[in-house]
Amino acid sequence: SVGAVGLYYINYIALVAEYPDLRQHNNCMASHLTPAIYAKLCDKSTPNGYTLDQAIQTGVDNPGHPFIKTVGMVAGDEETYEVFADLLDPIIRERHNGYDCRTMTHPTDLDSSKLHSGRFDERYVLSSRVRTGRSIRGLSLPPACTRAERREVERVTVDALAGLSGDLAGKYYSLTQMTDAEQQQLIDDHFLFDKPVSPLLTCAGMARDWPDARGIWHNNEKTFLVWINEEDHTRVISMEKGGNMKRVFDRFCRGLKEVERMIQEKGWEFMWNEKLGYILTCPSNLGTGLRAGVHVNLPRLSKDPRFSKILDNLRLQKRGTGGVDTAAVGSTFDISNLDRLGQSEVQLVQTVVDGVNYLIECEKKLEKGQDIKVPAPPKGN
Amino acid sequence: MVLTKDIYNKLRGKSTPSGFTVDDIIQTGVDNPGHPFIMTVGCVAGDEESYEVFKDLLDPIISDRHSGYKPTDKHRTDLNFENLKGGDDLDPAYVLSSRVRTGRSIKGFTLPPHNSRGERRTIEKLSIEALATLSGEFKGKYYPLNGMTDKEQDQLINDHFLFDKPVSPLLTCAGMARDWPDARGIWHNDAKTFLVWVNEEDHLRVISMQQGGNMKEVFRRFCTGLLKIEETFKKHNHGFMWNEHLGYVLTCPSNLGTGLRGGVHVKLPKLSTHAKFEEILTRLRLQKRGTGGVDTASVGGVFDISNADRLGSSEVDQVQMVVDGVKLMVAMEKKLEKSESIDDMIPAQK
Repeated sequence: SVGAVGLYYINYIALVAEYPDLRQHNNCMASHLTPAIYAKLCDKSTPNGYTLDQAIQTGVDNPGHPFIKTVGMVAGDEETYEVFADLLDPIIRERHNGYDCRTMTHPTDLDSSKLHSGRFDERYVLSSRVRTGRSIRGLSLPPACTRAERREVERVTVDALAGLSGDLAGKYYSLTQMTDAEQQQLIDDHFLFDKPVSPLLTCAGMARDWPDARGIWHNNEKTFLVWINEEDHTRVISMEKGGNMKRVFDRFCRGLKEVERMIQEKGWEFMWNEKLGYILTCPSNLGTGLRAGVHVNLPRLSKDPRFSKILDNLRLQKRGTGGVDTAAVGSTFDISNLDRLGQSEVQLVQTVVDGVNYLIECEKKLEKGQDIKVPAPPKGN
Repeated sequence: MVLTKDIYNKLRGKSTPSGFTVDDIIQTGVDNPGHPFIMTVGCVAGDEESYEVFKDLLDPIISDRHSGYKPTDKHRTDLNFENLKGGDDLDPAYVLSSRVRTGRSIKGFTLPPHNSRGERRTIEKLSIEALATLSGEFKGKYYPLNGMTDKEQDQLINDHFLFDKPVSPLLTCAGMARDWPDARGIWHNDAKTFLVWVNEEDHLRVISMQQGGNMKEVFRRFCTGLLKIEETFKKHNHGFMWNEHLGYVLTCPSNLGTGLRGGVHVKLPKLSTHAKFEEILTRLRLQKRGTGGVDTASVGGVFDISNADRLGSSEVDQVQMVVDGVKLMVAMEKKLEKSESIDDMIPAQK
């Protein structure tokens, strides 16, 4: 007879027949999905029926990204992070600087009054922006949601946004119903998001049924914007031209809290827990889901060989001004926080403020022919 | 699409034994409202049982797509190449190349929109084994997509054999590009006249082709090779998916029946601009495409002309229509070159 160990071995071999070929791959999923973990998780599913193969499909189909090591998997619902913890915990640890969600807790702090020195020199900083995402608890996430769930996300969110007033009062533009004139205006404002073409998103199933239940809401002043049903249930963006990051962050926090209050009045809430903070589709956006950044002109500093090291030690990241999939053009960069999880919103925006101020000081020094210093890395790195 | 609310509600809770649902069936059609050149089906099968479990949706689509084919109709399979009349005398000054393709699905496995990596790899393994038994004019070699050398890749591109990762959203939205290029590959005979694609849009696509107009020879090789392959699969207890109502079962409902597209690349610069060109094609039960395939337009008056039918007529019937129809159209082209009328040559509806 075969015995328990023998049965496990046979099962293991049969399951390994399904194990993806990750030999060409460079993403976090490929780094952590051993055959043993695959065998353990491959016949599990969340209560909604989301499976491991679905979660990792995007990472199997996309071996690597030229500018950034991608995560290589997504969550189909809130429970994904628990059911597939054997794979997600080490990915979260790698992606979020050693954060151990089994033992640590994530601080949430949306009190923008704590931010200091949040006004940049506008000879260098062209625009300031803070974004995050929020998921509606009880509804599946974009990789797995049905048309009905997606429409419900739209209904709940649009309903809540309709309750905003004062400088936050605004209007919703459904992708299926906007007029040509509205569409052109949204394009001119750089607000309109397109059907995803990035295979990172399409292979995860996020473009299904496009453009059903997708839309854009923005306030009349065009400084507070919400995307509905793109890569997350909602993406919330506060932005303006110039260097007043303090005002951008004030509005960000105020708007988020208002929207949360509105949905709570109707019996809904955001997906959040004290280990992982806000739950979003991509594990890279857990915690705060926050990317605070500026478009800043750094013609001399960007050519200095120490530029990358300075950014690293400031815990900042550079992107082209077209966003994550672009390279920089000229000397204007998108500079934002690297971290998302393990520090609060206030802490991360302060990091961006302090860091960008430091970069501007470096640029000014180089203008005067003075030398610059690489700042010390943060404690613990 | 014929998906009414009633039909959707009826089918929503169902799934095939392998777990394929109506939402899976229709996803590609929901995501792709229309194609510029051809009316797409908008549905795919995930497995053989899809056609049974979702017959309330698929039967009307099949009827619509296949000229009123009824749920009670029977499909005839005829792969006896000797039943083809003529086909060896298409004028090579006009007919540049001839080709016949079909697809085959291996019974017991789910189809490309739904299959797992393990199933796909087993299909590849079985296919390699079967193809390795071929000999004589069919002796050949397999090139897995994952692992071919740059030199092999360049050669396959030059031969126009290499298939790419699908970019058409008709295929990607149906999940057919998952895990690319795992377990995908190309096999061809040494003479480069018989080619098999493994795990692209169907489990197998089988293609016989050559330069010039000898469709008779192309069809002979097609039938002979296909039957040899089927024999080997059967010996190993893996037949092809086939039933007497739907013929050969393939991923796209448009390819049911024979799954056969027999065609030529033919120069028809004058006929193609004639007012009655479309009508002639329709009456001959033929279809035009650009020479780049289904997603392209014609270039320089050269067209890909092939049979429009797949289900309800046999392989011999369909290739006969191509042979007879192309012969007639070349004769028309020659008349038009001499500025003569073709009005008395316009055929009756077949």
